[in-house]
Amino acid sequence: MKSAVIVFPGSNCDRDVAVALEQSTGRAPVMHWHGDPQLPDVDLIVLPGGFSYGDYLRAGAMAAHATSVMPTVVERARKGVRVLGICNGFQVLTEAGLLPGALMRNTNLSYVCRDVWLRVENNRTPFTEGYGLAQVVRIPVAHHDGNYYADDATLKHLADKDRVAFRYCDRDGGFRAPDNPNGSRDNIAGIFNESGTVLGLMPHPERLADPRLGGTDGRPMFDALARALG
Amino acid sequence: METGPVKAKVHVTLKSGVLDPQGKAVQNALTGLGFGGVDSVRQGKYIELDLEETDAERARESVDAMCRQLLANTVIENYHIDIEG
Repeated sequence: MKSAVIVFPGSNCDRDVAVALEQSTGRAPVMHWHGDPQLPDVDLIVLPGGFSYGDYLRAGAMAAHATSVMPTVVERARKGVRVLGICNGFQVLTEAGLLPGALMRNTNLSYVCRDVWLRVENNRTPFTEGYGLAQVVRIPVAHHDGNYYADDATLKHLADKDRVAFRYCDRDGGFRAPDNPNGSRDNIAGIFNESGTVLGLMPHPERLADPRLGGTDGRPMFDALARALG
Repeated sequence: METGPVKAKVHVTLKSGVLDPQGKAVQNALTGLGFGGVDSVRQGKYIELDLEETDAERARESVDAMCRQLLANTVIENYHIDIEG
């Protein structure tokens, strides 16, 4: 499997996800600078975490609308190339219109940086088939703008079409308000596009993909992608 | 009628129904400071653009496109444009 990590000014999880990808695929991803529209042919494009353009205007807005590479990313995504957006990458995907809704300031106005519990809501995609349905996994979040908002019709559509990938939950997979770290509607932590080929999520699976980092619940995502994409 | 270069003033605000936790915090702070009677606070952005365009209508069309493509996220935000000649 060939992968590329898009590097924006202000990305800071690009190397973390590169390590996780290489660990699972045996092959280092291409680190692709945002200013170069000539993106190599790859099976997976990753938009990493960080603070592209210092979150100016809105988190992810500048990266989505004002970089040479994004029109190519959007075009590849529409052709079915897998795209994974983590944290700032999720914000970029919503701003670019590849995923519905928006990520707003956390309702408690705090930067939240801690491990959270997530319930796997759909495990029939190349991103999530390494998990069991309704499995509860522990993955860190680190964000100020992770409060997922979409209107009622969009939320219903996402639920009806099984497009929610992960929901914030308690340790047992239940939903109590304190287990929602940012105020996201319907406890949404990650969603797919219509065809299940694009995933955006606020938590950072790449940060818990090695036992030396204190956990491996993030690793099955990269292992599954490696299996699915060859 | 063409005048001189045009200034555009853009206000970007959250749509009604979209929670504004920052506005809520500001409201609570105002109440804490003793300013009673503030029923709600909505926080937004103000963007000023100096344009080379001298025609107000063309300027408005151009800024409207800027708002839709970049300056506002119309999933959660409304925008209002004032053109000053």
